[in-house]
Amino acid sequence: MADRTRRSLTANRAAFTRARFIIGFLAAPVLLYLIYVISPYAQAFSIAMTDWRGVSAAPGFVGLANFQRLLGDGVFWTAVRHNGLLLVLMPIGTLVIALFFAFLLNAGGSTAASGVFGARFYRVVFFFPQVLAVAIVAVLFQQVFRPDESGMLNAPLIALGLEPVGFLSDPGVALWSILGVLIWQAVGFYVVLFSAGMASIPRELYEAAEIDGAGRGRLFFRVTLPLLWDTVQVGWIYLGIAALDVFAIVWVMTAEHGGPDHATTVMAAEIYRNAFQYFKFGYASAMGVVLFFFTVAFAAVALRLSRRERVEF
Amino acid sequence: MADNSFTRRELLRAAALAGVLLPGGALAACASPGGGSGAPAPAATGATSAANPLGIAETAPFEVVIFDGGFGDAYARQVHEPLFAARHPKAAIKHTATKEIAKTLQPRFAGGNPPEFVNNSGDNAMDFGALAQDGQLQDLGPLLDAPSWDDPAVKVRDTILPSAVELGTYDGAYCVLNYASTVWGIWYSTKLFGDNGWQVPKTWEEFTALCERIQKSGKCAPFTYAGKHPFYIYETILTLAAKIGGVEVLKDIDNLAEGAWKAEPVATAATAFAGLGAKYLLRGTEGLDHIQTQTAHNKYQVAMLPCGSWLENEQKDTTPPDFGYAMFPLPSFTASDALPYGTLHSRPGEEFFVAARSANPRAGMEYMRAMLSKEGAGRFSEMVSTLTVVKGAAEGRTLKPGLRSAAARLKEAGENTTYFRFRQWYKELHDEAAAATGQLMAGRLPVAAWADRIQRKSDEIRNDASVKKYTRR
Repeated sequence: MADRTRRSLTANRAAFTRARFIIGFLAAPVLLYLIYVISPYAQAFSIAMTDWRGVSAAPGFVGLANFQRLLGDGVFWTAVRHNGLLLVLMPIGTLVIALFFAFLLNAGGSTAASGVFGARFYRVVFFFPQVLAVAIVAVLFQQVFRPDESGMLNAPLIALGLEPVGFLSDPGVALWSILGVLIWQAVGFYVVLFSAGMASIPRELYEAAEIDGAGRGRLFFRVTLPLLWDTVQVGWIYLGIAALDVFAIVWVMTAEHGGPDHATTVMAAEIYRNAFQYFKFGYASAMGVVLFFFTVAFAAVALRLSRRERVEF
Repeated sequence: MADNSFTRRELLRAAALAGVLLPGGALAACASPGGGSGAPAPAATGATSAANPLGIAETAPFEVVIFDGGFGDAYARQVHEPLFAARHPKAAIKHTATKEIAKTLQPRFAGGNPPEFVNNSGDNAMDFGALAQDGQLQDLGPLLDAPSWDDPAVKVRDTILPSAVELGTYDGAYCVLNYASTVWGIWYSTKLFGDNGWQVPKTWEEFTALCERIQKSGKCAPFTYAGKHPFYIYETILTLAAKIGGVEVLKDIDNLAEGAWKAEPVATAATAFAGLGAKYLLRGTEGLDHIQTQTAHNKYQVAMLPCGSWLENEQKDTTPPDFGYAMFPLPSFTASDALPYGTLHSRPGEEFFVAARSANPRAGMEYMRAMLSKEGAGRFSEMVSTLTVVKGAAEGRTLKPGLRSAAARLKEAGENTTYFRFRQWYKELHDEAAAATGQLMAGRLPVAAWADRIQRKSDEIRNDASVKKYTRR
């Protein structure tokens, strides 16, 4: 009897020590997370119900008026539509291109288990855009897309006597230009991520499949993709959240910060414009709250849809 | 199958709950308005005297915040601050320069410790409407009635342009000092025009004929504007509209009057510029920003562009020495224009204010009095190539050719100057006008639809009870 009590006491003490150890490690980050992540979120919820203009110490409470106004705000819904479009196209574009490149780098060589010539070099080159700050990428592409003879893309067109394309000034083209930059910037990271994933796929599987007569396409869809599915799923969610968060590229690159004529605006840009240019912090917070729910909803849906059997190897 | 959806769901639920359960109270510390900061500490004062008419506390320090943009901050460090210090040597000045006025200062206003003196300017300036609404702007009435820095017998009010007082008045109180006097017009190179025998056009017919001639000569494009910032072109459209229909046109627009944007003179002016846009623009104009178009101008790739009088200072590093900047006023549209040839868009700009709830607002006002002295204003004009609202302060100073030209045009215009104020009052209306005008110039929006769009925004703002309204007479 006494023995059992002692044993349970010892167990309790061990559990307590372990809990103290874990809490000791977790307390600081959790506290920081509460103060700098959760608390601003919570504050956004309360500011969204005021008419705060950013300078007053005592803003007026207006209830749900900001949300009501949001329903009739055409520009905001244009922004939502653009985010929606990016949400679909940016992950698809990025993942397809990144998978293709990664496959070439890892299984595009003379044998299925080797990459194309110079694969290690390309792997570094693909990663370059990731190293550049977003603002620099935006300024860089402003020059690439310039509408006159100094534009990298338009100069050859003009030299050939063709009409230059208004990459950023034609409302019908501008959003596609932005999409291109977003994908260009993101692809490198996913090439590296997928390369790492592919490198962990046993070579024997490829060799066996090859001996069985599988071509490259079949190899990719029957061996690589299923074994890489977890990684693709992570990339999908990251890219989706990035598509909802697009801001700097649009803000720096486009005319009128989301123009021309709201053709490229996104939710984050509208939040920034209303807060820091119109000084309607209450209204901007309401937009922020809506964006928060969009993001949470996307994450929930994405996780649910992409869940499937994991292939063990 | 490794199912970890439970933890995911938990995480999501926790995130959602966190938003609901923490209603801003316990952890609200950084972003939220502070609440209950109470009355501000009593402001520093001193005895008034002939040398100190505003009664500043001679030993109390104060802070000067300057927007480090097109004008830089050297004029404050090298001209105004030494001028102030010469009369009040014991009052320490803390100088702060920033490119981001709102980001630097907004938390300080919300937190109740604003700096005394602010140059509120640039893309990220604080909204004057919001500041006025919240009582953050010091009433500068005492400054206007104080004796001027140079002559005790003359009040400050009588040394500056009356329009400066009008434009700085919010809700009946003069509280914003518009210091620089901006003149808009169409800029050209006297060298380029001289070499080709081109004449400054005085009528719209002469203007389009000149455009045609330049186009045919193949030497350069006739016209451009900062396509990425369509403000530059709606500015000219509205000025032409005022010339055709009189100043009432712009007053109606500022006062959000019904149908103001659909008025006949506005439509005529818009049609005229849309026509210009369809034929005579530098290639790619709509995708180029102000620096790119201005640089094209300096490279003789384009003959004319509309801009304000800060142009010369902004381009000083890329302008060829013999370029010969000069400007001409908008040509007369017809012989029956309401305003005569020479009418200019000119208005005091570059805003400064004193924070009412700062520790030492009187020192801020005294600093303004120093800025409005002949020396303070004259040296400012020389340094940044811009006129000020101080009458006659630039006389006898060495001015660059462009500024000399602008000053001469302003003198010729006399009483015939126009301006509009909605850009400062209702930024959303400005943004809508800019977006629509960009499309108008690109030929994607007909004039009627352009007017409809901006009018709709104007109506929306008029009917929005949460937006503070202003009127001008």
